[in-house]
Amino acid sequence: MSTKSAILVGVGGQGAILTAKVLVNGLMKAGCDVKMSEVHGMSQRGGSVSTQVHWGDKVYSPVIGPGAADLLVAFEKMEAVRYAQFLKPDGVAVINDYELPSATIAAGLEEYPAGCLEAMEANFRCLTLNAAQIAAELGNPKCMNIVLFGAMTKALHFGDIDWEDVIRETVPAKFLELNLAAFRAGRDAV
Amino acid sequence: MEKHLLSGNEAIARGAYEAGVKVCSAYPGTPSTEIFENLPQYKDALYCEWAPNEKVATEVAYGAAIGGARSLTAMKHVGLNVAADPLFTAAYNGVNSGFVIVTADDPSMHSSQNEQDNRRYARFAKVALIEPSDSQECIDFMKEAYRISERFDMPVIFRTTTNISHSKSLVTFSEREEAEPIPYTRNTRKFNCAPANAYRNHPKVEQNLKALEEYGCTCPINKLELRGGKLGVITAGIAYQYAKDVFPEDTSFLKLGLTNPLPMKLIRDFASKVEKLYVIEELEGLMEEQLKAAGIDCVGKELVSNLYELNPQRLREMLFGVKPETKALPVKPVSRPPTLCPGCPHRGFFYTMSKGKDFVIAGDIGCYTLGANPPLNALDTCICMGAGFSAGMGMSKAFDVTGQKKKVFGVVGDSTFFHSGMTGAAEILYNKGNIIPVVLDNHITGMTGHQDNPGSGYTLQGEMAAAIKIEDVLRAFGYQNVIIVDPQDLKAMQKAVDDALASEVPAAIIARRPCLLIKRIKHDIGQCVVDTDKCIGCRMCLKVGCPAVMVKGKKSSIDPTQCVGCTLCAQVCPVGAISRKESKA
Repeated sequence: MSTKSAILVGVGGQGAILTAKVLVNGLMKAGCDVKMSEVHGMSQRGGSVSTQVHWGDKVYSPVIGPGAADLLVAFEKMEAVRYAQFLKPDGVAVINDYELPSATIAAGLEEYPAGCLEAMEANFRCLTLNAAQIAAELGNPKCMNIVLFGAMTKALHFGDIDWEDVIRETVPAKFLELNLAAFRAGRDAV
Repeated sequence: MEKHLLSGNEAIARGAYEAGVKVCSAYPGTPSTEIFENLPQYKDALYCEWAPNEKVATEVAYGAAIGGARSLTAMKHVGLNVAADPLFTAAYNGVNSGFVIVTADDPSMHSSQNEQDNRRYARFAKVALIEPSDSQECIDFMKEAYRISERFDMPVIFRTTTNISHSKSLVTFSEREEAEPIPYTRNTRKFNCAPANAYRNHPKVEQNLKALEEYGCTCPINKLELRGGKLGVITAGIAYQYAKDVFPEDTSFLKLGLTNPLPMKLIRDFASKVEKLYVIEELEGLMEEQLKAAGIDCVGKELVSNLYELNPQRLREMLFGVKPETKALPVKPVSRPPTLCPGCPHRGFFYTMSKGKDFVIAGDIGCYTLGANPPLNALDTCICMGAGFSAGMGMSKAFDVTGQKKKVFGVVGDSTFFHSGMTGAAEILYNKGNIIPVVLDNHITGMTGHQDNPGSGYTLQGEMAAAIKIEDVLRAFGYQNVIIVDPQDLKAMQKAVDDALASEVPAAIIARRPCLLIKRIKHDIGQCVVDTDKCIGCRMCLKVGCPAVMVKGKKSSIDPTQCVGCTLCAQVCPVGAISRKESKA
């Protein structure tokens, strides 16, 4: 299998790194070589965050540059636009239709850019869902990341992986039912 | 065998454990910090600590190696500037038990002030240099590093970069190899760097390097991957991974793990087997310079920039002119720069500073560097650890001799105070500086992700420790007016600044409030709300620069998911439109 790359992007605290870990656990179970890179440092302070996951028979570089991702998962729609340059022209984007203002936007100094989703949809194959609303309907806004994860598993063929099994092994028991419901809702939403 | 997904830093900690390391001392710094954060899990087998700075850490680790225990220190690249003094002399003296210095370089400056290439330190100090290219090599090469250190009687620099330290790949574990402690006996001739001893040590260093170069031609961490005879690549570290993605399948590789001294015989052999030789290095052309000096024809920095981090797509474009295909979108995203957190204790200090028209604020390395960002705009300089006091001192002297009327404040954090602020505080007092030293004491090393320090009361291994009081240190120096203030009380903060400026005796300020992210402290969390009937839309509350405070329509609004109830916005509101609810909903 040739190497595939996914890039998961969002804002600090949205759970992009945990989602990447679920993905990696599944790929490891399937016997893939896997590499993952996280942007550490100042993400705790409201910055934009990105995590890359690469898998295949043999993976060399743990990072990619522009035009090399098969999959972009955006936890926030302006972040989808920011990282769109990483997608291959025929890559797939999974986008959370959700808006988080930056500090300057919140302070009224800049405006949230209009047309983020439309620009993505005009240029890439996109799977769009409102994961925040789906999570809220399930009773816990924090499972938004697993809702997105569910949608993501429909974007690419990852191989023969029982994702519900992986979630069972990755998340704490008391949140298992919620996360399984979130996963299924995400899958059904796209 | 069971596979584990480990970051390079986790793997270095594992490698140290498996190599039988017994004493470890470091100062935190991105991207090296997680190495030592992952050592306490092995504390039954080894001792580990946070030292006050990298020089102290290196001396502690080196002392342990003299004393007969395999030892480790780790730091970010600029940390080695601080630790350069013991490094250069340890290189002459040699070791007893193995001694490894990890330097984690930061190409592209993700969280650093420069992108210096610390491989040069190995050449400069005349010590072995080892470069892993993934997490498994971080484990395996650590063990080789200790064997080399002991066999060739020298410190070993183990160099990673951000994409080695912070990326995860699959590894397998082995058992710990207990290194026999080497009994200590006094050897003044070897370990006392008096000139006569140093004079006799230098030729030994040269001999050891020669022997190590010979060893490098056959050692297990320098690997030949012979494919075709057309293209050949010599590379090391993360650049190997990029090159493997970029060069054609039939390219031959000489992948070096031991890169100082370079195995020139092995390199010559390899060069003779390929028609065209590339040297692929991130940052400086350190190997290439040596190959060219030895008359070996190769291509490197003519094509590959010495600026910033590489990646396969960037490397392919530079080498073969193939631009990655991307799609340009008509929408421009707004940037999300890091900000001081809601409730950050530094905010009150910088807000107070932002109001002083003739204030000059010499800053330092830490979260509080963010005080430079709008709307606070309350920091003039940031140079290196400790310079908040000493560079501020120099600026104040310049203002004195040139007749510029400025009020100078030197700012360091608590961890930085113990790191190298204390010497600056002594300088200010001793040489009668016209500057107010300020310690922003949040009880933790914040920016690197919460490590303990000599003022925090805990050690790396989680034990209680004596917490050194900053005010006791300053008073012992001779600061007769040490003003301790809660920076979140803006009136008190302003008064502290006014009192310090008016003080007839040497004054210093300690702005003290613990970081809200410290988990072992119970914080007083509340919630601020805006009474929109009272709000006049003057936007004064935005001037504290809190990410939770925003404008909706013409009125202020506070995001309940972010606000922690610090009340800074309420204190600056001229009409009392903001109040605090006691418990968070």
